[in-house]
Amino acid sequence: MSAADWEPVIGLEVHVQLATRSKAFSPSATRFGDPPNSLTDPVVLGLPGTLPVFNRHALELALQLGVATGSKIRARSRFARKHYFYPDQPKGYQISQYDEPLCEDGHLDVIVGGAVKRVKLQRIHLEEDAGKSMHVGAVSHVDLNRAGVPLVEVVSAPELGSADEAAEFMRSLHRLVRWLAISEADMENGQLRCDANVSIRRPGEDRLGTRTELKNINSFRFVHDAVEHEIARQIRLVEDGGHVVQETRLWDADVGASAAMRSKEQAEDYRYFPDPDLPPLVVDGALMGGILRGLPELPTVRFERYLREGLSADDARTLVGERALADYFDAAVKVHPGDRSGRTIVNWLLTELLGALNADGKSIAEAPLAAAHLSELVRLVEDGTISGKIGKEVFAEAYKTGGAPRAIVEANGMQQISDEGQLGAVVDRVIAANPKQVEAYRGGKDGLFGFFVGQVMKETQGRANPVITSDLLHKRLGR
Amino acid sequence: MIWEGAAEIARRIAAGEARAIEVTEAFLGRIAELDGKLGAYLAVAGDAARAQAEAIDRMRAADAPLPPLAGVPIALKDVLVTRGLATTAASKILAGWIPPYDATVVEKLRAAGAIVLGKVNCDEFAMGSSTENSAYKQTRNPWDLARVPGGSSGGSSAAVAAGLCAASLGTDTGGSIRQPAALCGVVGVKPTYGRVSRYGVVAFASSLDQVGPLARNVRDAALVLEAIAGLDPRDATSLDAPVPRYVDALAGEVAGLRVGLPGEYYDRESLDPDVRAALERTQAALRERGAELIDIALPHTHLALPAYYLVAPAEASSNLARYDGVRYGARADAGSLIEMYERSRGAGFGPEVKRRIMLGTYALRSGYYDQYYKKAQQVRALIKRDFDKAFHHVDVILTPTTPTAAFPFGAKSSPIDMYLADIFTLSCNLAGLPGASVPCGLTRDGLPIGAQLIGKPLDEPVLLRAAAAIEAAVGLGDQRPRGLAS
Amino acid sequence: MTKEEVEAIAHLARLHLEPDELERMAGELGTILEHFGALAAADTEGVAPMTHAVPMDLRLRPDVVQPSLPADEATRAAPAKDGELFVVPAVIS
Repeated sequence: MSAADWEPVIGLEVHVQLATRSKAFSPSATRFGDPPNSLTDPVVLGLPGTLPVFNRHALELALQLGVATGSKIRARSRFARKHYFYPDQPKGYQISQYDEPLCEDGHLDVIVGGAVKRVKLQRIHLEEDAGKSMHVGAVSHVDLNRAGVPLVEVVSAPELGSADEAAEFMRSLHRLVRWLAISEADMENGQLRCDANVSIRRPGEDRLGTRTELKNINSFRFVHDAVEHEIARQIRLVEDGGHVVQETRLWDADVGASAAMRSKEQAEDYRYFPDPDLPPLVVDGALMGGILRGLPELPTVRFERYLREGLSADDARTLVGERALADYFDAAVKVHPGDRSGRTIVNWLLTELLGALNADGKSIAEAPLAAAHLSELVRLVEDGTISGKIGKEVFAEAYKTGGAPRAIVEANGMQQISDEGQLGAVVDRVIAANPKQVEAYRGGKDGLFGFFVGQVMKETQGRANPVITSDLLHKRLGR
Repeated sequence: MIWEGAAEIARRIAAGEARAIEVTEAFLGRIAELDGKLGAYLAVAGDAARAQAEAIDRMRAADAPLPPLAGVPIALKDVLVTRGLATTAASKILAGWIPPYDATVVEKLRAAGAIVLGKVNCDEFAMGSSTENSAYKQTRNPWDLARVPGGSSGGSSAAVAAGLCAASLGTDTGGSIRQPAALCGVVGVKPTYGRVSRYGVVAFASSLDQVGPLARNVRDAALVLEAIAGLDPRDATSLDAPVPRYVDALAGEVAGLRVGLPGEYYDRESLDPDVRAALERTQAALRERGAELIDIALPHTHLALPAYYLVAPAEASSNLARYDGVRYGARADAGSLIEMYERSRGAGFGPEVKRRIMLGTYALRSGYYDQYYKKAQQVRALIKRDFDKAFHHVDVILTPTTPTAAFPFGAKSSPIDMYLADIFTLSCNLAGLPGASVPCGLTRDGLPIGAQLIGKPLDEPVLLRAAAAIEAAVGLGDQRPRGLAS
Repeated sequence: MTKEEVEAIAHLARLHLEPDELERMAGELGTILEHFGALAAADTEGVAPMTHAVPMDLRLRPDVVQPSLPADEATRAAPAKDGELFVVPAVIS
């Protein structure tokens, strides 16, 4: 028996911090990296008498995600209290949503290889983040700066079939929430966090196997590694005659293994009930209308459009990896109707411009070269005004100064010489000046052709149209 | 002046007939002299009160316009959070906690010019009907020091009745303003749910809690209610409705007012004959003034007690989860985290609070939710429907506030006996309706009796007008508690 | 209610009860629940639970930051702290 005899079934529960300025239920700020306990208020601290009031922007962001994932949006959803005692949970309960979540039955489009795969989402619900506990010997320290930051929990259906698919799900969700500016989604800062439910079964079986829950997965690579490790562990366990126990396991990235949490800590009964401090959350037509109107073309939709327009899957995936990059590309294509496919533009964009930006540590948003200028440059090369080689010089100048490529070309007299009369005169001069080489070439030394091209380029400071130059040389040299 | 009430004190100060500092000193003097016997106050904020009073006097001297409660000395139930002034909810678990913020009602009272004399006793976390559940002290009924002042706002009612403040604020989750008001012979108003902000009110049962005034007369209660009512952006359950001039409502007539008499409240063996007789006199007085008495049915009344004692403890078990000894409050020594939680909470909470946390935790457990909490909330809807139907026929409902007058300390030995003390007041909270208790006579033993009025949502003006009519007809007049010598 | 049941609930509520308290609680809770038997008999078929006393929609607040409590004030009342961090017995992971 081997891994091929088993079918892994993976479901993900992903927490995404929403990019609001203030917290979910109170007005303290939501920054990362401030001194401990400096971003709290009476509500966040769970002081006696305090009450939650929900942040409208958190709702708007969650609705954007709901609409972008084709979810059903509940006209009336409800906040519930989820009870558990933990030092970083100030009220002894977390405000979450339980049986009436904001969004249900959506889907996330995941780019796997060159195609888009649709993964079902069971629900997306709103909740508040907890603070942080740090373990220091016999005690733990508690910092509540993160407590109360708004989150959405995105729950996938258990239908991811491999560690790779699980990792791609995370990448696609990451791309989507950044695309929509719903979240910074920085995994290192915990803005995007993932728990994975993993089970295995025989191919063709309907029933799901006993699942384990993996917690503490905080990078795309760990999603893959933790899930893969868990699949292998379960297969080994079952094939050795054991059985999988339903439990929560913590992934330890340093060790590359997971360990079960103590069973006593898992025996929780959250005692959910509707939060009496928070009346039903109503999403009306006006709010939904605004969300729908503001929704941009989604990254997977754009990915597929790029494929249809003739871009390679790799280039298309790179472009939709960042909305600003894809938008830059679209803007460049728009002003350059000659290159409908954008294939030339994408080359200039991904090699020249991204190369230069990377070298400078800049983002696409900080590009000194406007999309229209990149487009203009590509056109100058394509219509033969300048050669590709000169194009790179013009690019360097435009990148440095922010100037328009055409103006740079004209100011520096960099236009390609395509006039046959003008080029013919240069060719004649070169032939007249190098009688020995002419003789040798005509005698059969083909390799000397390049010498003549080089001499013409030298005379014209590289501006000679190479095709016409070559044509003229062939004619005048007689071969 | 001590006995003349809030409105009169405010009038005299505004008219320059008295200085706020004199009034404040007079009340502080009485507290110093008498509270040893009464036991109403948990904390007296003498210096802060004097500073506030002097500020009012400076405003008056500068001819600045004075706010409506300028110079009126007020006591706050110790579940109302006060910045810089210890707030304990009468629980050991909050011993020594000095809040960094003010409850909205406290802010509003200060803005209205009221002088905060201090914090008064109550049942721990407002859970009880006699104030015997305070972790700190016993508060006595000024009409008979051997009897309870009622609860949970027993410090608030006793202090008003004994003249140790001009008016006070209490909270009412199942009768905790109306019942002690009745037992101490003062006026108590529980507003419509959402009428007054709950921000800064130590939560007991969030869907039932409301803050309201206890006062010497209906006019004072109206004045204080007007000062504390209104929309609060910090409380998502506070109502966005304009605040009427409640004092103006008192001038109206009760002629033509349709007063409902629910049989379920009167036809009870446990109803004390003196209480029954006082209510009958009250009904007669209203009829004489042209009100129409109409028999009504509230058929689900018998379910109010069980529904209440599932909903309130369930919410309480959740609201009290925050007292964990981590960020504030008392912490017990312990080796492990779980032990720290269990020991801190075990030592910090008193028996009744523990009982309710246990009951609430039981009711919310997975698998029991539908059977208990959800069922109780459904019954609550039935109780609300009863009222909705009744209010098609009547404008206000009149009942006794309590089955009996004040009872002796220790008289209610079992939890159920104590719970039954609130039997007439619970429904009002379950249905979110406004309710008031107004004195309507004394028993043969000279103990006050309260008449309860229940109104339509946001219909406090009608409630207060009916209360004023009762006060005028069968109120206590100049009769004062004789438990305290002076 | 059995003693074991009471113990389990007390643990859920993180409430230490002394043995005599436990005993008494079992009796009292049993009596109270018995007293509430009438509730089970009530016909609530199709009745929506009343989670709020007054029907209303959730009011939202604008996403506006207000100053935080200074860290020393936020931690002032803590029974144990280290600098401006709350300190608790080790959270076992």
